Formats: sequence, C-alpha cells, structure tokens
Amino acid sequence: MPQIGSFSLLLALALAAYSFIAGAIALYRKDDRLGETARRAGIACWAAVTVASLALVMAAFGNDFSVAYILHHSNRDLPIAYKFAALWSGQEGSLLFWAWLLSTYALVLRMRYKVDPQLFAYASAIIAAVQVFFLLLVNFAAHPFGLVAGQIPADGNGLNPLLQYPEMVIHPPMLYLGYVGVTVPFAFALGALIMKYPGEKWIHITRRWTMVAWLFLTCGIFLGAHWAYEVLGWGGYWGWDPVENASLLPWLTMTAFLHSVMMQEKRGMMKMWNMWLIFTTFLLAIFGTFLTRSGVVSSVHAFAQSGIGIWFVWFLALSFATCVYFVVRNRDTLKSEHRLESLVSRESSFLFNNLVLLVACFAVLWGTLFPVLSEWVTGSKVTVGPPFFNRVNVPIGIFLLLLTGVGPLLAWRKTSLDSLRRNFLWPTALAVLTAIALMIGGMKPWEDSAYFYSLMAISLSVLVAATVFGEFWRGGRVIARQTGTNIFSGMVTITRRNTRRYGGYLVHFGVVLVIIGFAGLPFNQDKEQEMGFGDKMQIAGYTLVCQSYTQDDKPNYSSEWAVIDVYKNGRQIDTMYPERRFYKASEQTATIVANRSRLNEDLYLVYAGRNQDNGKPIIKAHVNPLVAWIWIGVHLVLIGTIIALIPNMKPQKITVKERERAEAEAARSGVVGVGGD
Amino acid sequence: MRRRRQREVEWWEWEETRVRRAIVRRQITRASHLALIALLAMLFLGADTDARFNMLGHKLMCMCGCGQVLLECNHVGCAYSDRMRNELMAAMERGDSDSLVLQSFVQKYGNTVLSAPTTTGFNRVAWIMPFAVFGAALALTVWLVRMWKARAVAQPVEGPKLDAPELDGLRKKARQETEF
Repeated sequence: MPQIGSFSLLLALALAAYSFIAGAIALYRKDDRLGETARRAGIACWAAVTVASLALVMAAFGNDFSVAYILHHSNRDLPIAYKFAALWSGQEGSLLFWAWLLSTYALVLRMRYKVDPQLFAYASAIIAAVQVFFLLLVNFAAHPFGLVAGQIPADGNGLNPLLQYPEMVIHPPMLYLGYVGVTVPFAFALGALIMKYPGEKWIHITRRWTMVAWLFLTCGIFLGAHWAYEVLGWGGYWGWDPVENASLLPWLTMTAFLHSVMMQEKRGMMKMWNMWLIFTTFLLAIFGTFLTRSGVVSSVHAFAQSGIGIWFVWFLALSFATCVYFVVRNRDTLKSEHRLESLVSRESSFLFNNLVLLVACFAVLWGTLFPVLSEWVTGSKVTVGPPFFNRVNVPIGIFLLLLTGVGPLLAWRKTSLDSLRRNFLWPTALAVLTAIALMIGGMKPWEDSAYFYSLMAISLSVLVAATVFGEFWRGGRVIARQTGTNIFSGMVTITRRNTRRYGGYLVHFGVVLVIIGFAGLPFNQDKEQEMGFGDKMQIAGYTLVCQSYTQDDKPNYSSEWAVIDVYKNGRQIDTMYPERRFYKASEQTATIVANRSRLNEDLYLVYAGRNQDNGKPIIKAHVNPLVAWIWIGVHLVLIGTIIALIPNMKPQKITVKERERAEAEAARSGVVGVGGD
Repeated sequence: MRRRRQREVEWWEWEETRVRRAIVRRQITRASHLALIALLAMLFLGADTDARFNMLGHKLMCMCGCGQVLLECNHVGCAYSDRMRNELMAAMERGDSDSLVLQSFVQKYGNTVLSAPTTTGFNRVAWIMPFAVFGAALALTVWLVRMWKARAVAQPVEGPKLDAPELDGLRKKARQETEF
C-alpha cells in the first residue's frame, strides 16, 4: 500500500502540473485541443489522489504499522469508523485529504465546463496551480506514506481520545469542504479578472459555489462547537482558540461577500470590493491552515509543529502578489456602474454590514495574532483569551444583529421616512416590549455589562424575527390573494418563487435563534462536589442524587461512571450517567458528558475525577440556559442556505377568470387572506 | 438716583438667584455623590466571596497548557487548576486586593497567566486597535456614502428621449433591481 500511495501522489503531482502549465499555454495561444488535454489531465489527477487516499485508508484498516502515519494515529482495537477518520487526524493525512477534496471540487468544475468553456478553463488552470502546491506538500514536506525506521511495532499509538467521537468523523470533512471550497470562487474570480470577463454571469456562478463553501464551513464550525460542548466537558462551546478563530475568519469575509455581491448583481456596484472579498477569503483560508500547522500560535487543536509553515508563507505571498498584479492590470473592468444615492438605502445597509463583518474579522485576527506581536515588540508573551474576544466582539455582533433587522426593510436606492415608519413601527415596538418584559422578569442590565448585552441581544433578536416574519407575511398575503390559497401556502409559494431572498430570511431567522442561545451565557451556573452513594447536590432548582458509581473494561478503553438521579420539585425527572474513559493505546483520559438538553436549559454533568483517598467520584454540574436554541438555529441556517441554492420556481400564469373563480371559492369557504388586506 | 437704586435691587435679586442656584446645584451634587457611594457600597457589599472568586478566576488562565480559563479547566487529572484555585482562594482569604492577587499570579506564573491583556503599556494597543479600526472604517463609510450621494446629485439630468424598446429594457432592469 505505501508504494501504491507514494506512486499515486507523484503521478497526481505530475498531472496537476501538466494541467496548470498546458492549461495556461492553451489559454494564451487559444489552443482548444491543448486545453482539452489539460482538462483531462486534471480529471486524471483526481483519480490518482483518490488512489493515494484509499491506500492510506486501507493501510489503516489493515493495521499496516510500517507506515509511520498509521503507527501514530491508529491501533488494532480502534473501531472501523475511527480508523477511517485517521485519514484526517494528523498533519500528513489531513493534507492528503485536503488535496483529495480540492481534486474533487476541481473534478466537478471540469466536468461542468460546458456552462462557460472559456471561464471554466481559466478557473481550472488556477485550481490546478493550487493543487500543485498541496501535492508538492504531501510529496515532499509532509509525506503520509513515510515508513517506520527499524523494527515495526506490534500495535499503534492509537487515535487521540478526544477525536473518538461520532461527530469527529464528520466535523473535519465539513470544515475542510468549506476551506477547500473557497478555492473554487477564488479561481472563478481571478479567472474572470484575468480574462476581463464581460457581464456579471461569472458572479452568478461564483455566488453558488461560495454558498456551497459557506454552507460546509458553517456546518463544520458548529459541528466543532457541538463537539467541544459534548466532549471537552468544560461546559462551553466556543473558547476563542486560535484554531477556532482561524475557521471564523474566512467565514466572516465569505458572509460579507454573499451580501455585497447582491449590489454587483443588481446595481453593478462594488466590483473591486467583491473581488477583494473573494481573494481575502481564499487568503484567510490558507492563512488559517498555516496557523493550524505552523506552530506560530499555541493551540490545543493545532497539529504537531513542523517545518511546513514556510511553504504556506511563500504560497500566501505568491497568491497575494498574483491577485494584486491582476487587479492593478485590469482595474478598468472593476469600475462601478452606479453610485450610492442615499444613506438610508439597501445599498448602504450592505455597505455597513460589510464594514461590521470585516471589523469583526479584523478583531478576531488581531486578538489571535496579538500574542505574537506582543512578543515581537516587548519580548514578553501575553494571553489573549475569551474575556478579550467577548468584550471586543460582542458589541460588534450586536451592531451586526441590528443591521440584520434593518437591512432587509430598506428599499434599493432610497427609503422614504414614511416607509421606514411603516416597516419599523411594529418590530421596534415588539423589541422594546421584550426589553421591558425581560427587566420586569428580573434581568438587571445595569448590574453587569454581560446582562446588558444579553438583554440587547434578545431584544434585537425579536426585532429581526419580527421583520423576517413580516416579510413572509406580506409576501404570503400577496400570493394568497393572487392564487386564492391560504396565507401559509402563499408563504411556501413565495419562498419557492424567490428561493434566494426567502432562503436568506430563513438564514437570518436561524442566526437570531443562535444569538438567543448565546444570550443565555451570562446566566450559566456550575457547581462541583464529591458524590458518594446517596449524596445530594443542589443546583438551579435541580437536586442530584448519586445512586451508584462503577467501572467497566472494553478492548479500546476502560471506564468509570456515576449513576445520578435528577429531581426537580421533589419528583424524579431523569437518570444521568457522566463517564470518564481511559484509552489504553494512547494512555490518555477523556470525559463523556451526560447532557439533559431542553429548550429552556441544559443540565450538563461531567465526571471530573475521583477522590484518591475514598474513591468517590467528583461530579461537576453545569446548568446552561438556552443552549439548545443554538443547535436549532444552526439547522435553520443550513435549511435556509439549501433553499437559497435551489433554483426559483417559475410563477404560474393565472387568467382573470381563474382568479375570479378562486376568489369566489375562497370567499365561500372563508379562506384567510383572499381579497382581504 | 432712582435708576441706580433699581439697578442695585436688580443686582441683589440676580445675586440671590445665583446663590440659591449654586446651593441647589451643590445639594444635587452632594446627593448624587451620596447615591453613587451608596450604589458602590451596595455593589461591593453585594459582591460576596463566591462572586469575587468567580470574577478573579475568569481573569486567570489555567497553566497546564489546555488554553482554558482557570475556572473552566476541567482537564482530567490537571495538575495545575486545583492548585491554582487553592492559591486564589488563599489569597482572597488573606484579604489581598484584586490587583494584588492578580499581581502575585503574574509573578509566579508570568504574564501569560492573565486571560486578557492588561490596559497598560503596549497591551493597551490590543484593546484600542479594534475599536479604532471600527471608528475609522465607520467614518470612511459615511464619508464615502456622502461623497457618492453628492456626486449623484450633481450629475445633470437629461430629458427622456426613449423609444418603446428602450423603455421596455428599463422596465425590465427596474424589475430586476427591485426583485430583492
């Protein structure tokens, strides 16, 4: 297997290099036949990288510990699913996986070349150049098929226990699909710039690819957050770790692009800005990979330190220089066709939305790199942890939430005062009422800034939710009146007719739910206690009673857990089993959290350890309000994005007679919305 | 003479009003100071040991390498967090002030024990920069919008000389632009 893998990787590199060079020459000479050979070489490159990836997976399945990578990331008793996950659990394997995903994206692109052969040829050549970089890495800097020197051990070191969790089998692929997916819109954007692409068709193609990458990255980020919450056992889901931040950076710029691209499509504005947003997103995705793998910043998530950082630095520099060169050379094609006409317009709301997203991106990047900067300037390293990020980013996030509510209600070009009053009266009144109700209910924003932000977040969430609901309601009512159906099917129809707009609203509503989940953070409670048989712990109205604690032994790990009965208002409502495992191969321990998740709050129990003197378990209990809304919100975000990706349904043509008949029938049956206003 | 007397009366009246206003102002200032002291006293009296422990514990990092805030480290078998928590509790029981507690941790574990940069020296830049960039970007955006708006207004408007196909084209464009 190692020989097949190594050979396939070399072959893939040669094919990618050919695809790039021949593709570039073909575009320069306008030689279609040479261009076709480049395209086919690119497709063959996918086959070669696939063979190499399969060779590594087969080596893991076959317990081939002569391969150093398998020795360090797998063992005989590792369950099959985790052996598969070993492909991306280490530096070399994950780079190979990255190269395979990139080849797969490139394959789809090269198969769909008939959409616009010229533009796709440019994009294909650019992707081939990126492929060459990653294949150079896996061939010469981080070779996954390196062999073990000397005697081959009988068993491997095993997979990191924290990664032995079902979500970890899908979290990295999702994240990588997002990271790697960014390359496709980058390739289209750069290709369009190089060829001075006439019109905005390329932006339609790019937008869809960007949405796909955004979808995967969002999914990956939140799967990571859920994994951290369920596995790491510290009661939180986001720790502002440099590696977490690295995934957030391209996500923020991509979100900015998905908004500002509408200005280019509709008004021919911000062409230069959009081009740079795509370039920045790609550069940040590469930069994030550099951060994770170079050891520049310390992180618990980072891969082992290696010398591949310098490769990324050169690649980043080269990519940046290429972008600057072509932007300067072809800047005439990036001039805006229109100018902004009013401060109170949809265009300016997008402008401010972009501003806030980019400032948030800068704040995260700044905080992530400040320890390095501080060490460089003062010679002393500092920690930039969650308190910094929360204090800086929460106000920015609240401002963004406000824009999320305001933006969709503003008209293109200019919004009149009357329209502002009409659109904002009810949402604003609801938001104010919510704030008052929360304060009457006991929230005291004057006591702590965290409570203030929480109050603001919930009130503004209500504002955004009201605006989103208002949009659906108005659209649904119009359709219901036209077609004679009820208002809810009207809402479904309007969504199907303009999937992008209403899918976008669903995404906004999902974000609102996520924010509501975050708003519960200041009200978290926790308590730690040693719990023997029959011992009780009181927390946030719950009474926890330890029924027993015991041990077990399995081939891959040994474990100890406690059986905790949960009472509320004197009635038993649940039994929970917090657990701690000791993984034999890696000789590492991991917690398995017991979480009772409800819409109002999570009761989250961690088996923190055992008293060495009396053997009693130490249980840490957290009560985290509103966390479930985060996961519900993310599902809605994903559904909204998928809806936005679906093509619009064409409106049905209805004759006057049909409409009159529908109205008459509806009036007879008393359907809501028909003819009424 | 009469005018002079009238001026004196007016001056006295003005002076009396001024003094009365000054007294009222002083009373308001005193009352607000008292209210502030009472509020601070309530806040500090209300801040019990648990809250203070929680607040200080979130200003410190666990030094085991897990990268987590001290009170959030549940790293199984962590050799640092328990010891550091005990040190924090001991410092509080000794009656050390917040800054003294934090200073003692910095002396023992180094600057990286603080979970966020301080607001002194070069560390101040960490806090200022994001908000400075936000302010500058906001000002730039507003300026840009205003400039574009001014340019848009200044452009001369020509009378419509359009035939039917051109008008259809414009209608199509208007529909497209107002689709969102």
